[in-house]
Amino acid sequence: MVEFTLWDILRNLLLAARWTVVLSLIAFAGGGAVGLVLLVLRLTGNRVADAAIGAYVQLFQGTPLLMQLFLLYFGIALFGVETSPWMAACVALILYASAYLTEIWRGCVAAVPRGQWEASASLALGFGQQLAHVVLPQALRIAVPPTVGFLVQVVKGTALASVIGFVELTKAGGMIANVTYEPLLVYGCVALIYFALCFPISLYAGSLERKLHVGRR
Amino acid sequence: MSAGADPSATNPVLVPPHTEVGAPIVRITALRKSFGDNEVLKGIDLDVMRGEVVAVIGKSGSGKSTLLRCINGLEAFQEGSLTVDGKPLLHESAQAMRELRQRVGMIFQSFNLFPHLSVGRNVMLAPRLVKKRRPDENEARARQLLDRVGLAEKFDAMPDQLSGGQQQRVAIARALAMDPAVLLCDEITSALDPELVGEVLRVVESLAEDGMTLLMVTHEMGFARKVADRVIFMHQGRVHESGPPDSIFGAPRTPELKQFLSSLHE
Repeated sequence: MVEFTLWDILRNLLLAARWTVVLSLIAFAGGGAVGLVLLVLRLTGNRVADAAIGAYVQLFQGTPLLMQLFLLYFGIALFGVETSPWMAACVALILYASAYLTEIWRGCVAAVPRGQWEASASLALGFGQQLAHVVLPQALRIAVPPTVGFLVQVVKGTALASVIGFVELTKAGGMIANVTYEPLLVYGCVALIYFALCFPISLYAGSLERKLHVGRR
Repeated sequence: MSAGADPSATNPVLVPPHTEVGAPIVRITALRKSFGDNEVLKGIDLDVMRGEVVAVIGKSGSGKSTLLRCINGLEAFQEGSLTVDGKPLLHESAQAMRELRQRVGMIFQSFNLFPHLSVGRNVMLAPRLVKKRRPDENEARARQLLDRVGLAEKFDAMPDQLSGGQQQRVAIARALAMDPAVLLCDEITSALDPELVGEVLRVVESLAEDGMTLLMVTHEMGFARKVADRVIFMHQGRVHESGPPDSIFGAPRTPELKQFLSSLHE
């Protein structure tokens, strides 16, 4: 029987944690990009686009992320497309993050007073110019704290990718627990690593919130 | 046209419109506007001559703000036609709307300065984006206009560092930077503390003296009487009575106007 030191356990967990970070970043960047496109589509005032995106948001907010992962992993395969746990996890998390982010940001844009739209329209700015130079810069200040807060949800959400066989922190923890017979120690370390990832982000969100509130009334 | 008859031609701060002096610069014909089932404007005919100062008065809900907001397309109307300085208002065409809005400036009750931009950038934003004005020219023009409203030294200030009266004067400079043919003023002193009203009205008055065409919804009856060439009393979505300020305020003909004027003195 092989003996495992605490360092062995931690080292392997930290190596796997890289994938948690990478998956989080991909989900966040991809979700942010898709979410921004959806937001702009929604703001154009096209009723069909608005209804469709509203339904999309409800769909992803109303079903567990776990189901979304399962459905994507097995659903894509159904269409004869070769899919890996890595692909499925990325796609599922990007869609999930885009639905939440577009809704968060829609609220932030709605918080920009209507007078800002009217004043910029009166100055003959086009829709794109209004968004880029007047509305989005103001919405951004409101959006930073909830957006950073949502990043924490995404980091923790990546743990679910373990169920479709993607080896990230949680999956690695399970595998190491199985060979070391020390589940409490291993999962304790896993939890600590998640905490070490998420806590600084939460702290940062809090400090951003205070900073932005000082500047604005 | 002679320089003497046209004050705006001699004043480099204001750019003369296309419309000639004495010709209508805003033409509103049979304009009707509803919000759902509620008809707010029930057939408005109104011509505003170039250089004319028109004050629109009336109770709240009489449609006066809606009329103003129709003129630059912030509200869509269902029937009738509207042209400003020769540009027709076509809601379906974004291009036509942008061209028309370059002819009309609007000042709002709540200032609506862009809070994330400095005073100078507030004034320079639209000319840069819409008119593609060169940066040096744009800045010179912005400084000139801020000087015109008495705020030359606030170029780099942020809007929330200014008083309400100062913010409103920046809003006027911002509108002027687009070289509008007409300025619409929608209750521009209603959100101000009483001691700040004067500084804004003085700027508006000086614009009127320089030949700017002004259409203003106002509750400042003293100001309307002093500055306006024509006063329009709106009642229930119609132009109920109109005429020179002396006859509107001095000899109102309709009972509705009499009642409105007497209600102001209570």
